[in-house]
Amino acid sequence: MQGKALQGKALLELAGAIASDAVRVIDLSFTLSPDFPVIVLPPEFGQAAPVRIQEISRYDARGPAWYWNNVTFGEHTGTHFDAPIHWFTGKDLANNAVDTMPPKDMIAPACVIDCSAQAAQDPDFLLTMPIVEAWETRHGRIPSRHWVLLRTDWSKKGWRDYSSLRDDGAHTPGPDAAVMKWLVEERGIIGFGTETIGTDAGQAGHFEPPYPAHHFLHGAGRYGLQCLCNLDQLPATGAVIIASPLKIQNGSGSPLRVIALVSST
Amino acid sequence: MIDPIEPPRRKNPLLRTRLPTSPPRARSRTSHGFTRAAAEGRFMLQRCEGCGAFTYPAREACPCCLSDALAFVDAPPRGLLLAETTAHVPSDVYFRERAPWRIGLVKMDCGPTIVAHLHGDCVEGAPVRMSFQLDKSGQAVTFARPEGETPNMADDKQWREMTADPRFRRVLVTNGRSAIGREAALALKVAGAKTVFVGIAEPWRPFAGEKLLQGQDGIELVSLDAADEKSTRNLAADIGGKVDILVNTTEYVRPGGLLDREGTSIARDEVDQAYLGFINLAQAFGPIMRMRGADGINNSVAWVNILSVYALANWPAFGAYSASQAACLSLSHCLRAELRPGGIKMMNVFTGPVDTEWFQTVPPPKVAPRAIGQAVVSGLKGGLEEMYVGDVAEEIRQRLAANPKALERELDR
Repeated sequence: MQGKALQGKALLELAGAIASDAVRVIDLSFTLSPDFPVIVLPPEFGQAAPVRIQEISRYDARGPAWYWNNVTFGEHTGTHFDAPIHWFTGKDLANNAVDTMPPKDMIAPACVIDCSAQAAQDPDFLLTMPIVEAWETRHGRIPSRHWVLLRTDWSKKGWRDYSSLRDDGAHTPGPDAAVMKWLVEERGIIGFGTETIGTDAGQAGHFEPPYPAHHFLHGAGRYGLQCLCNLDQLPATGAVIIASPLKIQNGSGSPLRVIALVSST
Repeated sequence: MIDPIEPPRRKNPLLRTRLPTSPPRARSRTSHGFTRAAAEGRFMLQRCEGCGAFTYPAREACPCCLSDALAFVDAPPRGLLLAETTAHVPSDVYFRERAPWRIGLVKMDCGPTIVAHLHGDCVEGAPVRMSFQLDKSGQAVTFARPEGETPNMADDKQWREMTADPRFRRVLVTNGRSAIGREAALALKVAGAKTVFVGIAEPWRPFAGEKLLQGQDGIELVSLDAADEKSTRNLAADIGGKVDILVNTTEYVRPGGLLDREGTSIARDEVDQAYLGFINLAQAFGPIMRMRGADGINNSVAWVNILSVYALANWPAFGAYSASQAACLSLSHCLRAELRPGGIKMMNVFTGPVDTEWFQTVPPPKVAPRAIGQAVVSGLKGGLEEMYVGDVAEEIRQRLAANPKALERELDR
């Protein structure tokens, strides 16, 4: 079949383009390390286990020729993926966990909305409808099954400013409820990604509904990516995101290596 | 009159660090009655239940009436120094290194005559205050001090072999995020510690008292998450050779036992923080502390754990937490033995419920974090091994000694 033959050739061309740097591969992930901030919930709730790395051996008496570690972490630590089953709105959907989600959803193009200037001014900056409409005026309509990535340059901050905790909770940027509902229902995005800890804003617990990104995305079987970095290296359109979470049985999410393919030209 | 100790000079890097040596260890099983007394800072002698005579050294039968009913009881510590002598060239390596060394004969008001190590200000014919102290072998020895206070009393070189005074020493308080850690750090600084390093896990997370600690001269905030192997080792790589006293203030209190909790994730956190954190600290800091046990005025001297008294007897309302504390208590005995060749003291400070958020619904009496900080200092100065801070801890100790079963049933409420 002609379609298949073309596809095969296109894939080889892609591999060649990557090898020749005509297509650049950008790492959008933080290093999974014990000192990376994790989400903070009130202490009486269950907590995400932090990343722990315990040496099994390092070319020593515990194993003379090899180095390896035991690693433990929560599903939502470091740069990580949220599956629909993570939120109550997505709990009854089919194939809603990281092990059952369709593998083809792990590769999709992205629209990047640059709000770094606004976020620098206001840690509680919210992505709203007018901002997305203005973006569409410049870059065109957000196609369905695309990621929308919110660039805030939050990933460039030191850890304390990054988690931005005050006595009334975290103050980090994110989407408001209306834009989230619209992106999911009117644009059919495959998912929403942020540089902050969580797809929602730090104060999103006070929104209506609370945590609207989680609420609308996962309720519609869509995905979340958070703690991304290097979004400043992505074009507004045209990047392809590869985000394949660990195949954890009935997993609600997982730390992962997120990479973006970007044309150099 | 004792010359005050001077702040230690920086070490000469051309000189080898002297290794610790230990005084003789052998004791009879019976004489470990004195070890217990010394550990708790009590003066106890055997007293015959038949004729009432006090006796020393430890015996199996009363030298007056041959009764075998000899019980260790608190005894009046006052005596008179009959005679003193100075050993200039002892044959034992430990004492030879520390010669001249004074010992004397003390006639106790309660009867026995006792050979004791002497404080430099003790004079023949004068009254003395006798105590049992733990020496660098961890064994009980008798020690006579002048009855009253004398200038620079704590700086006596023989007394300093028995104690772990924070003065001029560098201390690591492992968790400064808690009220206990904060109060311990402040109390140690007041007690003359040169530097108090205060470990802060997850420095991106603000905490109460942060400003207070940051503003203190001689208090240095360091990044330390004891539950994380790498973080602990990294800090030890930086300051391991400068930790003369380590105060393990790891605190992870959560209510609940087994049946009303779901799953193991909280228990895991408890184990992670308290038990594995202890192991990480021990492995990172223990070896260098043990090696530096004779390293001058600011040699490494002590490791302190703040433990819940429910390590000794499970309190089901905080049952899983109690178990994590029991595990730490057991580890502390292991570490005590392993630190022994360095002459490092291991002091456990047991507390009842502390006046902090996690014990909010527990009725008083509760222990003020400040009282724990002060207890740490006084225990170090006295060279103790076991301390019970507050009424609840003391009561649990006594009830456990009286009838463990009764205590178990009564905690089940």
